[in-house]
Amino acid sequence: MNGIHDMGGLHGFGLVDREEDEPVFHSYWESRVFCMTQVLDTQQVWNLDEHRHEIELMNAADYLTAGYYGRWLFAMERLLDRKAILKVHEVQRRVDELNVGAATLAPADGGPRGWPLPEEQKVRWGAWRHEMSVTPRFAVGDKVRVRNIHPEGHTRVTSYARGKIGVVDRVNGEAWVFPDTRAHCRGECLQSVYGVRLCATDLWGPQAEPNTWVFIDLSEDYLELT
Amino acid sequence: MTQDSSNEKPWQAVRTEAVESLLVELGVIDSTRVDEIVHHYEDKVGPKGGARVVARAWVDPAFKQRLLADGLAACAELGLGGPETEKLHVVENTATVHNAVVCTLCSCYPWPILGIPPAWYKSSAYRSRMVREPRRLLTEMGLIIDPSVEIRVWDSVSEIRYLVLPERPAGSELMSVEQLADLVSRDAMIGVAKVSL
Repeated sequence: MNGIHDMGGLHGFGLVDREEDEPVFHSYWESRVFCMTQVLDTQQVWNLDEHRHEIELMNAADYLTAGYYGRWLFAMERLLDRKAILKVHEVQRRVDELNVGAATLAPADGGPRGWPLPEEQKVRWGAWRHEMSVTPRFAVGDKVRVRNIHPEGHTRVTSYARGKIGVVDRVNGEAWVFPDTRAHCRGECLQSVYGVRLCATDLWGPQAEPNTWVFIDLSEDYLELT
Repeated sequence: MTQDSSNEKPWQAVRTEAVESLLVELGVIDSTRVDEIVHHYEDKVGPKGGARVVARAWVDPAFKQRLLADGLAACAELGLGGPETEKLHVVENTATVHNAVVCTLCSCYPWPILGIPPAWYKSSAYRSRMVREPRRLLTEMGLIIDPSVEIRVWDSVSEIRYLVLPERPAGSELMSVEQLADLVSRDAMIGVAKVSL
């Protein structure tokens, strides 16, 4: 989807602010969000692309102000809600109780719940299927065009590269999961991923910096021969 | 999501507490497991791992060859590896080529090798500008790359992760591999700094 997350080339974000001796996590809640997400990953609740896509669905203004881990929190809540493991209204009720310092906390609702996960709903983590093989369609040195596509759903083809021509620099000929289908639970659609070398001038025109190249790893379905 | 102004904590802290407590009550997660993972990222992994890889590559040409051929297998020789990095490409800086890494779509990063990325790597400014004006951005960050040096920016938006192998600084010939590793900063392995004595 064409969203605020697809930031390559945008203007207006100012300077990069580097913090000296930055801690691994800036606050307790950040560490909890990050690591709870990892625990849920290992519980096979969602796949990586679903998680990324859920972040992309965030309101653009919220995306810019929630912070990196605020986005992860949003995605965690929404995915748990979608899968009926924990509903947003249950979280909100607990938030309200915590905010007023309630003496007793109401438990989660009774009734059916999507937990424990039925076996058939468990998702497989990881993006490389070692036991499968694919035949790469392109070879090193091939001139390829990044397809000019604007899917409404999840995709990993950056908007700044669409329609541009580059050269295949590396063939990652393993069986990689295609993010566009996996994010929507429409199959893994295994295919090669190519390191494509693009000249800055082709990307940015007269504003490009000289002697500069951008390399992007792109799934086979994002590319076509010129 | 709205701001919870009635509490002194940031709204994210309250929501996180609410989610964690409910997930624990429902038996979905175990807080001890979360604690263990926090401990792992705070104390076990980080840029020191990547620095050991770089220093070893500087002193051991055969290791360097293996590292450039299959980054993850070479890192595994040093006991490094884990989730979120299924394939690692190591890109080498030379007198004529400078490499830098970004992820414009989220903030992909080789966690098992470098730990959690710094906030600036995840910032909108870095993600938006690194692919469009790397020379200007690097200059602002204190790294001037000569116009004759080719810049290669790696936008790591797939599941392949990147590590920059920085140039070994002149004058370090007599240093031990441990001393060399101490010189290697996280920023040099992302490609926004050089290694110096």
